[in-house]
Amino acid sequence: MIEIGYYPGCALHGSSNDYEASVQACMKALGVRLNELDDWICCGATAAHSMNHMLSVALPARNLGIAERDGIDEVFAPCPMCSMELIKANRAITASPSLRAQIAEIVELPVEGKTEVINLIQVFERVGLEAIRAAVKKPLGHIQAACYYGCLLTRPPKVLEFDDAEQPSLMEGILEAIGASTVEWNYKTECCGAGMTMAREETIIDLAGKILDNAAAHGANCLVAACPMCHVNLDMKQADIARARGASRGLTVYYLSDLVGLALGLSPEELAINRHFVVRDLDAAPATSEA
Amino acid sequence: MARIGVFVCWCGENIARTVDVEKVTAAAAEMPGVRCAINYKYMCSDPGQASIREKIQSEKLRGVVVASCSPHMHLKTFRAAAQAAGLNPYLVEMANIREHCSWVHHNKDEATEKAIQLIRMTVGKVLRNHALNPIKVPLTKRALVIGGGVAGIQASLDIADAGYEVVLVEREPSIGGKMAGLSETFPTLDCSQCILTPRMVEVGQHPNIRLYSYSEVEAVDGYVGNFEVTIRKKARYVDIDKCTGCGDCWTKCPSKKNLSEFDQGMGTRTAIYVPFPQAVPARPVIDKEACLHFKTGKCGACQKRCQAGAINFEDEDQLVKENVGAVIIATGYKLYKITDAQNNAKYTGYGEYGYGQYPDVIDGLQFERIVSASGPTGGEIKRPSDGAEPKNIVFIACVGSRDNAKGMTFCSKICCMYTAKHTMLYKHKVHDGQAHVFYMDIRAGGKNYDEFVRRAIEKDGAKYYRGRVSKITQENGKLIVRGTDTLVGEPITVEADMVVLATAMQPADGARELAQKLKVGYDEFGFLSESHPKLRPVETTSAGVYICGACHAPKDIPEAVAQASAAAGKVQVMFGKGELTREPEIAVINEQTCAACYACVRTCPYGAIEKAEIRDRKGNLVKYTARVNQGLCMGCGTCVAVCPSKSADIEGFSEQQIYEMVKNLV
Repeated sequence: MIEIGYYPGCALHGSSNDYEASVQACMKALGVRLNELDDWICCGATAAHSMNHMLSVALPARNLGIAERDGIDEVFAPCPMCSMELIKANRAITASPSLRAQIAEIVELPVEGKTEVINLIQVFERVGLEAIRAAVKKPLGHIQAACYYGCLLTRPPKVLEFDDAEQPSLMEGILEAIGASTVEWNYKTECCGAGMTMAREETIIDLAGKILDNAAAHGANCLVAACPMCHVNLDMKQADIARARGASRGLTVYYLSDLVGLALGLSPEELAINRHFVVRDLDAAPATSEA
Repeated sequence: MARIGVFVCWCGENIARTVDVEKVTAAAAEMPGVRCAINYKYMCSDPGQASIREKIQSEKLRGVVVASCSPHMHLKTFRAAAQAAGLNPYLVEMANIREHCSWVHHNKDEATEKAIQLIRMTVGKVLRNHALNPIKVPLTKRALVIGGGVAGIQASLDIADAGYEVVLVEREPSIGGKMAGLSETFPTLDCSQCILTPRMVEVGQHPNIRLYSYSEVEAVDGYVGNFEVTIRKKARYVDIDKCTGCGDCWTKCPSKKNLSEFDQGMGTRTAIYVPFPQAVPARPVIDKEACLHFKTGKCGACQKRCQAGAINFEDEDQLVKENVGAVIIATGYKLYKITDAQNNAKYTGYGEYGYGQYPDVIDGLQFERIVSASGPTGGEIKRPSDGAEPKNIVFIACVGSRDNAKGMTFCSKICCMYTAKHTMLYKHKVHDGQAHVFYMDIRAGGKNYDEFVRRAIEKDGAKYYRGRVSKITQENGKLIVRGTDTLVGEPITVEADMVVLATAMQPADGARELAQKLKVGYDEFGFLSESHPKLRPVETTSAGVYICGACHAPKDIPEAVAQASAAAGKVQVMFGKGELTREPEIAVINEQTCAACYACVRTCPYGAIEKAEIRDRKGNLVKYTARVNQGLCMGCGTCVAVCPSKSADIEGFSEQQIYEMVKNLV
């Protein structure tokens, strides 16, 4: 039994509660116990660091302080924006004793900055590919996935030091372990335009549209993401994208935990896959598109 | 009784503006041990030096202090003046009242007081000086040149033509280096091989040059004038004395699919091979990893075929020793390879360019082979993946260079020029093709260089975009190059058939290890350090060891050749003397008090201290001691610092002198 701190972040408790359901179900099936941080707060995401540097450190630092107070050395943050902000705060606090003192005063907690923060892919790595392979009940031989890392999972590389920033491959390794195959494609680490979803729809239609096109052109029958924002853009907006670009579409966008969960024998409902906008039963061909 | 003369220089206004030289002179005249003190506007000028000579004789001076600029500037000048007047030159010292005083202070009173103190200190040093004589070292008038690229070739020929013997060591089967693989050279577009191969032949035939090809420097012992070099002759499996170079062996070799190092992996070669037709020596070598005889024991086609009986599968590495008086390092460069493991984890690579992933993304030296008439495509521009002629080709400059984030900080210097050359050579062969260049700045400093780049743009129509490439992907057989044009302020996408990366220059593999053997410094990238960046550009801090070419820093052919001739010139200056003299300001061990703990032997960075025995006339051992090799010692003083019994000292900078200086100061 692996026990690990858990920081869901705002998205998983709001617009992307399907992701939270998927992560919780999948982790339970893998025997990973998630201890949610007590009284956690928003990490600040893009909004904080574009407005006030101190705020952008203080918000994630409060959560790190909670983890330290409660003796949690390792925190899993499924949203890459959250994990990146937490790691950035960790780095800033360890590098500067004076900042550490200031932050402790602001967040009313001592923060040493020594909590290890990991993302969804790293949780699976922690469980171990062999253990996952052994736990598979329904190998996903019919899945031809385009693994999509987006811009945040690997960047900024100096902060995250995670996989090859430009040519990552860890997600492919996990899919291989659950019997799925993956395609080589070109938009693995391109931005989907998440931040622009509300403000400039035409930008994300262009950016996310290219990602969907490229995955399909390289023979993928689904996309796999590990980011709630990417999922919103590629799944929820897929119908708008298809309309604007005059193309029919129907590419299921899974969370990585969805596919691992399916392979472990969980149902689409348990993983909240039925709450996605583009729902295509890949087991029942030929599929029809909702988009 | 001390009779010291103090000579205060104005250095025009340089000193006199901030330091009251009259006051300084008057104060110096009163110092204990000082016989006379004068000042003059330019002490280094002829009249200035004459006044020093005159005072030495008239006042019977036993020591001289010149208060002027840095000893780096004029110590030799003043010592020579004193010597001309019959005073031992090592009794002359300088007080630096310019760089250490007038140039760095504003307040005249304080600066004047400081100048007086500096002089008082130096007077103390001279009080404890004693006469020294230059050390004479015997000299072997033969030079070792390491590396047979264009720099090594130039240096070897210069020294050999001057009548001295040269030992040239090249680790590849042939000399010629990187230049032998280039197509045409900027800014004249003359054929690289046409200008280099005659020089290679000259080396091969020169009576004064002993060429060790396919060999490496294993160890270097000794010191300036008297190096003993151990050279490893790698097993070639071909007796180059018997071999006639007829070529029967390699035409019959069944192992044909080995990637050619000379063609940068763009072509193939046999297991027994000559790297290129104009190789010197034009003798083959067997690649043991590729040879079927060594792999399976079954083949022997070359041996059967060889009329001269030159193939010897039993060949082994041999160690030979050569004695030389000077060493020139000319080990050159390699290109930064994105896919290779790097010395520094910071150079994480450029995954976004797809090098190693897409066969049509290549580097500059690979492109040279594709354009070269002697290359794998016979000079026709064909891309590696399918042999098609690329109609759109993208060149990316500064790959790994000038990148603080994940590359090397330095500019590789030659890429702007060779990229311009590449666009021209491309256009001259593919008339309907279009070359695109992504650059950061165009650095074309050099004779006819900027004109050359303008020609590439204006006459041959290369499109230059100032900006970086963010990603290269592949779609439908095209390389999609996405980047930005910062002058227009827009992102751009080029659908290219081929991409050439101008990757950074790095020192050749093994340069650091060689530098350690020769006790030459190197920087964080492994480029070898010169002794002074302006005034001693080919010397190193290791006496008798010189550097030239790209092992020192990125440089192009003309610069490498000029530097090679400079290094060769330095060697000839040394060889022009009957014997070597060295400055005597080096360490000396008091053998009576030495406890033979050998702390100095272990710490000496130059390996200049040896264990020695003192014996009486009958040959009985009296005691053990440490002893300084006067040829090797650089006078750094490390031994003085570590000696627990205070038996080590530096001549001309003894501990007693330092005490005296401190005493005079406080």
